[in-house]
Amino acid sequence: MADTATAGPGGRPGNTETLSIVVDGRQVEARPGEMVIAAAERAGTYIPRFCYHPRMKPVGMCRMCLVEIRGPRGYSLQPACFVAVADGQEVRTTSDKVKKAQDGVLEFLLINHPLDCPVCDKGGECPLQDQTLAYGPGESRFVEEKRHFAKPIPISGLVDLDRERCIQCARCTRFADEHAGEPLINFIGRGDQLEVNTYPDHPFASYFSGNTVQICPVGALTAAPYRFRARPWDLEQVESTCTSCAVGCRVVVQSSSNRLTRYLGVDSDPVNQTWLCDKGRFDFEAVNSDDRVTHPLVRRGDELVEVSWDDALAAAAQGLAGVKHRGGPSAVGVIGGARLPNEDAYAWAKLAKGVLGTDSVDAQLGDGLPAEVVLGLPRATIDQACSADALVLLAPDLREELPVLFLRLREAAVERGVPVIELTAVPTAMTRYASASLTYGPGEVAALARALVAPETESAPAGDGEQPLDVARAILHRRDGQGPGADGDGVVVVLGRPSVAEADDMVDEAAAVLFGAWPEARFLPALRRSNVHGALDMGLAPGILPGRVGLDEARAWYTAAWGAVPEERGLDTAGMLSAAAEKRIEALVLLGADPLTDFPDRQLAQRGMAGATFVVAVDAFLNESSGQADVVLPAAMYAERSGTTTNVEGRISRLGQKVVGPGVTRPDWMIAAELAARLGGDLGMDTVDAVWDEIERVAPSHAGITRRLIGDPHAADGIVAPMPRVPVRLAVGTGRPGGAAPVHAGATDTGAGATQPAPGPIDPMATPGIGAIESQGIPNIAGAPPTANGEVPGIPSDVPADAGPAPRAGPPETQLPVAGPSQPGALEVGPPDVPSSADRPALVRFTPAKPRSVPAPDSYALRLVARHRLYDHGTLVQACPSLAPLAPSPGLRANPYDLDRLGVQTGGRVRVRGREALEMGVLADTDVPRGVAVIDLDLADDGAEDLIDSGRTVNDVRLETL
Amino acid sequence: MARLSAEAVAQARELMSLYPDSRSALVPICHLAQAEEGWLSPEVMEHIAELMGITPAEVLGTASFYEMLRTEPVGRYMVSVCTNIACLLNGAYELLEHAEERLAIGVGATTPDQMFSLEEAECIAFCDRAPCLQVNHRFFGSVDDERFDTLVEDLAAGRLDDDVPHHGVLSRVRRQGGLAVPAEQVRAERAEADRARAERAAAAQAERS
Ligand code: SF4
Ligand code: SF4
Ligand code: FES
Ligand code: FES
Repeated sequence: MADTATAGPGGRPGNTETLSIVVDGRQVEARPGEMVIAAAERAGTYIPRFCYHPRMKPVGMCRMCLVEIRGPRGYSLQPACFVAVADGQEVRTTSDKVKKAQDGVLEFLLINHPLDCPVCDKGGECPLQDQTLAYGPGESRFVEEKRHFAKPIPISGLVDLDRERCIQCARCTRFADEHAGEPLINFIGRGDQLEVNTYPDHPFASYFSGNTVQICPVGALTAAPYRFRARPWDLEQVESTCTSCAVGCRVVVQSSSNRLTRYLGVDSDPVNQTWLCDKGRFDFEAVNSDDRVTHPLVRRGDELVEVSWDDALAAAAQGLAGVKHRGGPSAVGVIGGARLPNEDAYAWAKLAKGVLGTDSVDAQLGDGLPAEVVLGLPRATIDQACSADALVLLAPDLREELPVLFLRLREAAVERGVPVIELTAVPTAMTRYASASLTYGPGEVAALARALVAPETESAPAGDGEQPLDVARAILHRRDGQGPGADGDGVVVVLGRPSVAEADDMVDEAAAVLFGAWPEARFLPALRRSNVHGALDMGLAPGILPGRVGLDEARAWYTAAWGAVPEERGLDTAGMLSAAAEKRIEALVLLGADPLTDFPDRQLAQRGMAGATFVVAVDAFLNESSGQADVVLPAAMYAERSGTTTNVEGRISRLGQKVVGPGVTRPDWMIAAELAARLGGDLGMDTVDAVWDEIERVAPSHAGITRRLIGDPHAADGIVAPMPRVPVRLAVGTGRPGGAAPVHAGATDTGAGATQPAPGPIDPMATPGIGAIESQGIPNIAGAPPTANGEVPGIPSDVPADAGPAPRAGPPETQLPVAGPSQPGALEVGPPDVPSSADRPALVRFTPAKPRSVPAPDSYALRLVARHRLYDHGTLVQACPSLAPLAPSPGLRANPYDLDRLGVQTGGRVRVRGREALEMGVLADTDVPRGVAVIDLDLADDGAEDLIDSGRTVNDVRLETL
Repeated sequence: MARLSAEAVAQARELMSLYPDSRSALVPICHLAQAEEGWLSPEVMEHIAELMGITPAEVLGTASFYEMLRTEPVGRYMVSVCTNIACLLNGAYELLEHAEERLAIGVGATTPDQMFSLEEAECIAFCDRAPCLQVNHRFFGSVDDERFDTLVEDLAAGRLDDDVPHHGVLSRVRRQGGLAVPAEQVRAERAEADRARAERAAAAQAERS
């Protein structure tokens, strides 16, 4: 094993001081504060370990890393993971004494280990197996009875625990405590009775429990969805990016016999740093689901019948052409597309806007923010948010919507002391870590934002009191030079849609206030739907064309590129549904969208769907909406197609294909291209690579982000769009074991934080399962295989000057100049020559909508907050047998004071009168502020969506006893 | 009683305020809780977790680590017979056997009336009066069969209530009238100590550079 890991994880960025230590007689450079084990590893000396994990604090529990370190009384055995380096320190890692210690430690660890490898999921990728083989005694002297525990006990619906196999390394307990902040598993008992367990009858109910399975160095924690499904040596793997939400965690997708078996988190420094959430980790079950639509379907009477692609596409084209012919292009609307990879989103945008000619296209289902807000505000990266001088959250509960972003921000607050100012209507998972949590009533967020940014005056000094607002203002007006600038320099705002029961212009207005006061602040949009940011970038929004440009500004450019663009701005989803209800829109195309379930205003969705005369659904499942379609075109899902995806930061990273979709499913871009051909257009796309080339050439925000660049092994963490206009450095590492791309590869970030620590290879003991079977290699959508020996392939130092937007003009296949590393560990990438063409349109700018007034609350009503939960009754979660039961039970929550006041009994059912009246369970919750009622969307049949009128600024409900 | 009494809750809060990190009060609070029911029931552990803002798993982790904290119910009197070397040589195992017969339970069990639990203990540092035992951590030396029977009868009849409170009560001297040092003073002193430490650190830093 020693040869498979040669260099350590990246150290603290920015710390350039070094000292030197002596490892096995070799002088080695080390960074102050790091542990001997890390310094040695980076220098190529691998010290065995179990409890040490590069992303967690050391505990020195397992003693596997014992080495000899010289002290005043000569050499003594000390744990290398627990001793910090010191200048001149002398370390021996292979002496007889060390070998004897390793022998002993392993013999002890195996005393109580059941050695049931043949029936253990970890067998074949097990650090205990591997290190016993490499460093162990080979024989045991222990003949007594081993201790016994009930074999696996479920500690949650997802995780099984086999206590006999546990070697008590505390990785799981530390992860739960340090990273998730949910210490639900702990050591119980003492001595030989010590066991890891949860509190009796309190399951390990954490959204992050799967990570403990991933890092457990033995088979003690196993994942129920993977249990007994495959053997590591039978797995094929491909590196990819999770698209279950918009964080875009880097993953390894593993499959066996054309079925997905599991995802493992990759340690991507700028994004997920190893961790995944359980939804992202386990929703591969949806891809494997037997309920997939596998063949094209066409409606014959009441039934959807299977037909050939030819017939289905002809039917779809005929229907759409007919509607267009009768009602003009604006009679067609396209809803959805957040599920699509960038290339597919672009193809659909081109089909809708360039061929069909309608601008009524919206990837968001009334649950996000206007594209101009998301695209027009200066964007922050996650790293910038994690090192902000002040982090302002105006977003939904991030743990529910962007789970791993929550982990990153929580860590920033807890470990780095980043001050968090939260603006929220109801407490969130971040509230306990916030320096100041400011509560607003629904509809009043802009007023609160105004109070927050109000300049310091004599009468209103910046916060000396203890009220949260004072505390927040004190953070913003710090005088010790550590705080943010008065212009907002150093402020990062996480901006999302906290509640869909409030209109998006509430957030819009608040964003305008913050941006107005802080022109130098940066914004991290917190929209949750998988590739929604890519979809917006690719123009799946009204008034937007691919590359973050406005319809009017880019009209000339895109007319040249596509031949035609819509004449006028179209409608968003709510507008399209109303228009369909009023027969102004006749045909709807649903791109993996289920408005009947997902649109927050169910009544409107129903009227819209009923009003549309012709519905085409491009989907992987038959859900409520696609089940009503006239034509259903079966789409390929995650891991069945390649391409790229874009996360909240605008980071573009690769998707890997590992399996072949069931039946005759096709990727969405291909469906778009075929459909276009039948509509008399030509998208000019025949491979997914060609689509990307066109995007790079045409979409202004993506200029310079060539396939070559995205495919570069050193850009494995993705490239943030748009490319900055100053040179950026791609961190270059030694490459992963097996010659594949480095995992920590730093990506280019815009602005500050452009450099990442040099990447190191995967430590097989840190992420068992990836390092051990890396040999399958990674895909390279750029077509250029990663080079071996750490040799660096060429990266264009300047991008070919504007190739012009002419359709079909492929990129010149020139020999790209090879930019040698200008210094070890860094590659310079030249700035794209963005403004080289005078008519290349400028990127959209944030222009806030006109504020609307909010009706005063009425004292008999409660103001509604409608939020999303991680596990819901949406199509994806429900297609996963392991996740579906985890959806919480629905109900309305309100403050006991209000329930009392309104004479409503808690725990019972009430009639809730909003837009509709419906019966619901009601729960008293002291966390909910007075005057507010909280409902969860997309849960079971309670139909919370029936309460919301998406046209209102705020929604009120009245409670009536039954 | 499922949860802690109001009095215990107040004391627990006081204890928490004594430590810079309130989590440090977990062990004393467990003792406090054990004094109420003689053991830490799941409900009580959950209540402690709630009071301290930690998870029940963390409370159990700590409680299960220490012998003197019980996570299973025990009788009103926990009889711990020492069987270490001095006592062993003086007939500890005979005494233990007798105790089993007299109480009609085995080691580790509790009488059906929930009065007595019996356990074997390591040296309790009363070797000069071997064989010896503890009842709820109160010492009884030179115990023979007869004295054991008397002791059991006295305990059962409540004649020793003043000397041997029920299991879980560590000290009969309950602190009366709040903390010996008022919480504000503790806080003030702590702030002062922190400040002095910071000053020393700064001075040391300055010296170094
Ligand atoms: S269950 Fe696994 S991760 Fe947790 S302590 Fe045991 S061996 Fe370590
Ligand atoms: S946080 Fe989002 S991107 Fe990351 S694993 Fe979870 S669902 Fe996937
Ligand atoms: S003690 Fe060092 S790795 Fe466990
Ligand atoms: S041996 Fe029994 S008290 Fe010491």
